[in-house]
Amino acid sequence: MAEPRPVLEMTGVVKEFPGVRALAGVDFRLFPGEIHALIGENGAGKSTLIKVLTGVYPLDGGTVALDGEPAEFTSPLQAQQAGISTVYQEVNLCPNLSVAENIFIGREPTRAGRIQWKRMRKEAAELVDRLGLDIDVAAPLSSYPLAVQQLVAIVRSVGTGDRDAPGSGTKVLVLDEPTSSLDRDEVLELFRLMRQLSRDGVAILFVSHFLDQIYEICDRMTVLRNGALVGEHLVRDLDQVGLIELMIGKALDQLEELHEHQLHSGVGELLVKAEGLGRTGKIAPFDLDIKKGEVLGLAGLLGSGRTELARLLFGADQPDSGTVTIGGKQVSMSAPNDAIGAGVAFCSENRKTEGLVPDLTVRENIILALQAARGWTRPLPVAQRDELVAKYIKALDIRPANPEARVGQLSGGNQQKVLLARWLITQPQLLILDEPTRGIDIGAKTEIQKLVVSLSEDGMSVLYIAAELEEVLRLSHTIGVLRDRKLVARLANGPEITAGTILETIASGAHQ
Amino acid sequence: MTATDRKPEVVENGAASSRATRLLGDRRLPVLVTAALFLAMYGGGLRRYANYGFGEPQVFLNLFIDNGYLLVAAIGATFVIMSGGIDLSVGSMIGFTTMFTAWLVERQGLPLVLVVPLALGVGAFGGFLMGYVIHNFEIQPFIVTLAGLFLFRGLCLVISKESISIGDASVGTLAQTRVPLGVGELSIGALVALAVLGAAYYVLHYTRFGRRVYAVGGNEQSALLMGLPMGGTKIAVYTVSGFCSALAGLLFMLYIQSGDPLHAIGMELDAIAAVVIGGTLLTGGSGYVLGTLFGVLVLGLIKSLITFEGTLSSWWTKIATGVLLCAFILIQRTMTARRKT
Ligand SMILES: Nc1ncnc2c1ncn2[C@@H]1O[C@H](COP(=O)(O)OP(=O)(O)OP(=O)(O)O)[C@@H](O)[C@H]1O
Ligand SMILES: [Mg+2]
Repeated sequence: MAEPRPVLEMTGVVKEFPGVRALAGVDFRLFPGEIHALIGENGAGKSTLIKVLTGVYPLDGGTVALDGEPAEFTSPLQAQQAGISTVYQEVNLCPNLSVAENIFIGREPTRAGRIQWKRMRKEAAELVDRLGLDIDVAAPLSSYPLAVQQLVAIVRSVGTGDRDAPGSGTKVLVLDEPTSSLDRDEVLELFRLMRQLSRDGVAILFVSHFLDQIYEICDRMTVLRNGALVGEHLVRDLDQVGLIELMIGKALDQLEELHEHQLHSGVGELLVKAEGLGRTGKIAPFDLDIKKGEVLGLAGLLGSGRTELARLLFGADQPDSGTVTIGGKQVSMSAPNDAIGAGVAFCSENRKTEGLVPDLTVRENIILALQAARGWTRPLPVAQRDELVAKYIKALDIRPANPEARVGQLSGGNQQKVLLARWLITQPQLLILDEPTRGIDIGAKTEIQKLVVSLSEDGMSVLYIAAELEEVLRLSHTIGVLRDRKLVARLANGPEITAGTILETIASGAHQ
Repeated sequence: MTATDRKPEVVENGAASSRATRLLGDRRLPVLVTAALFLAMYGGGLRRYANYGFGEPQVFLNLFIDNGYLLVAAIGATFVIMSGGIDLSVGSMIGFTTMFTAWLVERQGLPLVLVVPLALGVGAFGGFLMGYVIHNFEIQPFIVTLAGLFLFRGLCLVISKESISIGDASVGTLAQTRVPLGVGELSIGALVALAVLGAAYYVLHYTRFGRRVYAVGGNEQSALLMGLPMGGTKIAVYTVSGFCSALAGLLFMLYIQSGDPLHAIGMELDAIAAVVIGGTLLTGGSGYVLGTLFGVLVLGLIKSLITFEGTLSSWWTKIATGVLLCAFILIQRTMTARRKT
């Protein structure tokens, strides 16, 4: 079969940042109507390739051709006009504008230069509907959780081009980790949409660290390692084991090892007791015990109240009913400081807006919480500080392993690791992890999960939130199931508990 | 269970959180607060000075006559602040325009129909240049417009060190003209200011450019990645501000009927104060031009209340403005803190 002409062809692409060669002569091609995965570890250069393609960064070498014509874009606007629409890795929208505006801004329906608000809202509602989302498009974007914002970004990207036939002006759709904070249902809806677009001839570039997703949706894949091209393969020609070996450059045998670890450690005496804790509109009053060394996993669908529950336990939102006792002492929970003082740490899912300070270095970001806990008048001794930072950079495999690098320049996954290190270093009694493995590659994911297991063996309690049920199942002693902003069940983990059991519990909203 | 039948509950739950929190999160709240403050102050004035004619509709209309130029300048500042920037050159530009036009009319004998577009063009071009430098060289707007502040004030003195009073007949008639409104009358300046207000409202809410101003102020990096022509928007915003300053300068000249190198010193701060009191966030991305109207009216009302009081020194205007500014910034602070949660 003669191969059709690629809609997009990049050859010998080079991109250098001061001290880092992010892309070292990468070739990449994309055919009309295919779904093409771009795969690689954290920091391999995936996002950089996308940003070079779409004119966010200038090329340092190599060529880009669109439809056979040389193309070099100097701004995302140009790329968009040429038919490449992109969802970048971090949600990049304007939180102060409404959902509808975020979808349409730059190409609002107008008559004689006047924006037709009614028509815009109606069309936005229809587009949002196509993704199976039912949200109020007139509400400001900031009133929705991260996952919904991510979906809105996707809707925006598919909606570019001709308004009357969404996606029709788009030749290439680029999705950089669009599924990192989505649940199964949203992922399925997204896949449905992707298939539909690809049938219409749109070429889709898809980045994800979930290999199962790649095998489910993609036709072809390009693997990057350390900024270099490793290979391009048809998905059906390469199995997952082979792919992982290509990604990390060595054979991998310890990925499954984790299963044996699970649940070895026992749990100690009661640490945290929440009674009737709740906040109207966020989460219904709930009772919760967490024992020393216990990993309590929270399972539930998007918007079921997982994050809200965690925020109450950290004092990030003030409860309007109930009490919390930690280690026998009642804690007021009126501000995060109260919780931190009682030994609670909270690693937020929203690293961009609530976590990292992009202009500070890796070292400064890591010690931020520890230093805050000590008080600013008692700086950490330099030697001890550097040793701690080095230890966690190594433990979490943060790349580049340079404590002086600015966090804003790290790849998405490595930023997530820095945030994690910040809270681990404080040695809390209760560690709340909200989607800690979001955007993290599978090698590092296993490392982080191992770390959680060993922390719990050392007696740290962990509240673990993850969209992936398998992850929750693998790590937790106990699983709290949420539905419709209510804690509906607590299941003691054991061999008889499976993803199926949990889904059933969620569906039936079962008995306590 | 599909995504569709699950989602609505989520949203409704989120939105149904107590009415008070919702109100506190509403972006229109600051405007309402300022409007309420204005009404309360006006009501207070009515009671206290009822016997001194405070209730005359003309007293209310005078707020527009006496503050028309400030309103126009503050509208320009609203665009800039909404986009996340700041313009410190407003006062100097106003001063410069009064000098420039007075000089052209009096010393060069040019007709007003020629002078007005020329002055507006110079203002817009000055703003454009500042915007261009801010965008293309990525320099802090604070610095660039501070340079503009010195530059235009300096240019005033280059034209003349003395004030130039205007005896031109056409300026005189224009300044004296009053348009009857049934209950009272408005000056040409006040009408122009109201027209600018209407135009600004339309531009900000019904044109793509206006929405881009909000987007850039909300998150510049995102706006860029969303494919919005960021540079153009930023330059345009300073151009608008320069144009508004020049127009404010013309209105000021009509109001005062002279050009003076020391006119309108520090007026940029009044404009910024009016914008902030009107509820626009200094960090950009949130606010309404209608709020700016109320901000200007509140400042104007303070002045006239103090005049009615008679015994108070006019410095009390500054003190009251300072107190209000603090109060409003505190309100905004608590609101943004609330919105994040
Ligand atoms: N603006 C920047 N300045 C300096 N270095 C950068 C910058 N952006 C990326 N890098 C570096 O380039 C390399 C590739 O980063 P990139 O973001 O492309 O990785 P990625 O494959 O997308 O990883 P992830 O899966 O974590 O998102 C990393 O080493 C990163 O530190
Ligand atoms: Mg990336």
